Amino acid sequence: MGSLTRRQLLAALLGAPLTARLYGCRPEREPPDSIEGELLGPDLRLGHRLRQPPPLAAWRDAPQRRTRVAIVGGGPAGLSAAWRLARRGERDFAVLELDTKLGGTSRDGRSEVTPYPWGAHYLPVPGRHNHDLRALLTEMGALDERGEPAEHVLVREPHERLFFRGYWYPGLYPYAGASPSDLAELSRFRALTARHAESFRLPMARSARDRLDLDLVDGATWLRQNGLRSERLHWLCDYACRDDYGLRLEDTSAWALLFYWAARLEDGKEAPLLTWPEGNGALVRHLAQAAGERALTGRLVAHIEPSQDEVRLAVLNSDGRRERWVAERAILAVPRFAATRLVPNLPTEGFDHGAWLVANLHLRDRPIGRGVELAWDNVLYDSPSLGYVTATHQRGRDFGPTVLTYYLPLCETDSRASRQALLAAEHGDLAEAALLDLERAHPSLRSVVRRLDVWRWGHAMTRPRVGFLLGGARFEAGHPRGRLHFAHSDLSGVALFEEAFFHGVRAADEVLAA
Amino acid sequence: MGDADRPRLNRPLLFVTVLVIATSGLVYELLAGTLASYVLGDSVTQFSTTIGTYLFAMGIGSFLSRYVKNDVARRFVEVELGAAVLGGLSAPLLFVGFARAESFEVLLYATIVAIGTLVGLEIPLLMRILKEELAFADLVAKVLTFDYVGALLGSVLFALLFVPAMGLTRTSLFFGMLNAAVALLATHTLGHLIAPKVTRALRLVAILVIAGLALLFIRADRFTLWTEQALYRDPVVFAEQSPFQRIVVTRGRSTELYLDGHLQLSTADEHRYHESLVHPAFAVAPRHTRVLVLGGGDGFALREIFRYPDVEEVTLVDLDEAVVRMARRIFGAANGGSLDDPRLRIVHDDAMVWLDEHADAPPFDVAVVDFPDPGNFSLGKLYTRRFYALLRRVLAPDSVVVVQSTSPLYARRSFWCIEASMRAAGFHTRPYHANVPSFGEWGFVLARKLPFDEPAELALRGLRYLDDATLRTLFVFPPDMSRVPVEINVLNEQVLVRYYDDEVRQWDL
Repeated sequence: MGSLTRRQLLAALLGAPLTARLYGCRPEREPPDSIEGELLGPDLRLGHRLRQPPPLAAWRDAPQRRTRVAIVGGGPAGLSAAWRLARRGERDFAVLELDTKLGGTSRDGRSEVTPYPWGAHYLPVPGRHNHDLRALLTEMGALDERGEPAEHVLVREPHERLFFRGYWYPGLYPYAGASPSDLAELSRFRALTARHAESFRLPMARSARDRLDLDLVDGATWLRQNGLRSERLHWLCDYACRDDYGLRLEDTSAWALLFYWAARLEDGKEAPLLTWPEGNGALVRHLAQAAGERALTGRLVAHIEPSQDEVRLAVLNSDGRRERWVAERAILAVPRFAATRLVPNLPTEGFDHGAWLVANLHLRDRPIGRGVELAWDNVLYDSPSLGYVTATHQRGRDFGPTVLTYYLPLCETDSRASRQALLAAEHGDLAEAALLDLERAHPSLRSVVRRLDVWRWGHAMTRPRVGFLLGGARFEAGHPRGRLHFAHSDLSGVALFEEAFFHGVRAADEVLAA
Repeated sequence: MGDADRPRLNRPLLFVTVLVIATSGLVYELLAGTLASYVLGDSVTQFSTTIGTYLFAMGIGSFLSRYVKNDVARRFVEVELGAAVLGGLSAPLLFVGFARAESFEVLLYATIVAIGTLVGLEIPLLMRILKEELAFADLVAKVLTFDYVGALLGSVLFALLFVPAMGLTRTSLFFGMLNAAVALLATHTLGHLIAPKVTRALRLVAILVIAGLALLFIRADRFTLWTEQALYRDPVVFAEQSPFQRIVVTRGRSTELYLDGHLQLSTADEHRYHESLVHPAFAVAPRHTRVLVLGGGDGFALREIFRYPDVEEVTLVDLDEAVVRMARRIFGAANGGSLDDPRLRIVHDDAMVWLDEHADAPPFDVAVVDFPDPGNFSLGKLYTRRFYALLRRVLAPDSVVVVQSTSPLYARRSFWCIEASMRAAGFHTRPYHANVPSFGEWGFVLARKLPFDEPAELALRGLRYLDDATLRTLFVFPPDMSRVPVEINVLNEQVLVRYYDDEVRQWDL
């Protein structure tokens, strides 16, 4: 447990006031041993070797393998690049993924009851100009031949509910007890975002550059500047920022806040959401199929040596064997902090990665709570978490065992401290945090929890803080350097699947055009 | 007798004892008869057999009294306590037993015999105690007088006061307590005839019995069967909370099934509903070899389906095993034992998930879709375009589907929304309706992948409601039920649930 007490640790995860309220006056409570589960996370053993890899000379006698394109990283960006290459007829490539599993932050898990997400879990229906992403979704059967989203992939009703003042209400906005001025502000905010719809596009690279001034101010200030002070509206926007960016409203660039709302509008209406029981795991699984056996896991790329005619990669396998890979070109589809260890002199300023806790609660039966029926997305008003998503919802299983995926972004300004607190915690502490939070809405929750697994994402996503767009590094970060190409959602500064996919496809197109 | 030291029996108290014994004895008898006729139906048979058995058991009790040689007073108190426990718990025991036990009749008659025997022991034992006090003729006259007065009191109070005010279960518990109170009283009035140590033990047991029965009496609300009774017109004879829904059966002149408080069928007119559900589809279908039934675990639609000799294989998909179990037990005669037909295969699963997982099953010739009305999103999903698209995949090109589609009169937009959603999934439809008095005007949608004409002739004769002439009238919609413009019901936007909710509210007002 390191130097933190259990209570300090919970305070770091849930915030001090909430911890005090939930934890009561008990000075220390032992974490419940009764709840079975595992503490999971990316394979840090191999990953941390990247900090001090063996010198390049250690690969002198390693066997050599050749490929035309080496893709470093098997998350959404890397797999999108592989998909693009495969679809364009380029079969000579290899994806080198550090982890034992492909998918990055879109990975999923499976139980005998249902598949479930470990990370990203939905995708708004892309606008009609986003041809590449629409092509992917059409391949998957999520869009039909007329381009209409398939009924069974659109989030099924009831979409969401909100636990507010002791009761579950339908929808996300807390309408109960809202004053006329609250509602007036809500509709004014909607009108304001609609007016900006033309300036914001997904992927972000397609957005106009006319409102970059918004990047200089934070979301909360911007709302107040526009006369929007309603506590409920601020909560809604804060929730949105935590949900998509892992940031509080007052730390988020107002440009990113508007991007969240405006980029999803199509003809003035919010794009409906697509989802799968395993979340975006369905997307990366489809992409991985295109890569087939050319996607290799348990491969740490320790050094990259670009030269005039080729790129040399020193690869360490999880079984300890070494390989030398020689490629014509390489696509670095890894987060910025990993890329800087491989390529010297990459600008890093403005890249701040937030930590997340994701828990999967395996339940014997549905949780009991007051109010409307269990929905797909279940949000708690008064909570640092985003609530939970029901894995069996999309499939139509409305009774019996299920899996709930609980998301807790650690939104502290100092992401390093949050990350350390998260990595210092034990399974019991993190399970306790999730249960304490959810028990307010489901007092008898513990009695139906069969198993509770926890995933610690130390570097879950980059965060669009104030000034992230104008920070200087962003616009150049995606430019190729000789035979090296770059692809990752970090390059956009917002960790959306659309951005990862865009950069993967763009990097693949650069390689194909070279 | 003239011995002044010997404590005299408190005679008035003893005659009160006789009165109470007689009253509760008769109440137990009536309880058993009423309960048996509630749950098994046919009150004449049930009353005469239970009362006959009860009287016979009383005879056994009287006969057995001769084997009580010593400690007559003590045995009397023990018998009283036994009758208090068994009689007091008889109604709750039989209700629970009806829902759970394998053979209810065995339990019923065993209970009746046990209570009858104990009650039969009471009066002979008491008379033997009193014979020390009274001349024989006087004794017989007085005891029998109070016995018959008690019986009159019991029968009048039972029908006019207790059952209406307390229901069967609380009446049963109440008389159990009264019986135990008499036992407690007897330890006082007959105290001098029982060893002091034994008296104390008997008093303790009597108090415990009273306390236990009183606790059940107070907590009776926890047994939903009794509170639930207030919601229904007829006596509730079966209630079970399954993981999916609340199943309640009531029995008055007809037997009715309710799921989550909504009437599903009444034996008075279910033939109108189920004939209308099944036979038009069978009239259109070119083959009846393989039949799919979704919902309908009560077995009534199956009864109609098994009338066709060319039916070879029926697959029933019903979410709730408890409904099927209940139907076997309660409706086994009414549904013709259809749930035990060798041609039937029963699957317990969500129909939508099942269809999704069985796209490659050999195609069905007829599909009968009989779900509860779309009152929530879990049910509403079973009326979506996606659901009908999944259903299409398990049908042959010329197969026929029929869907129970709520009332085109009371829930007009809901009805036409279901019809429109089926068309949106690529079906050709022929909506129709029938009059089912328990429900009112009720609607169905007949559908095929290919265009088709409404049926003019049934494939089967001798039905109770449908003949060819009636069949043709079903497809005529008067203006107040005719098509209205509606949106289609899709998984991501279940307009049907909102339509239905609006329309149900309207009619409730």
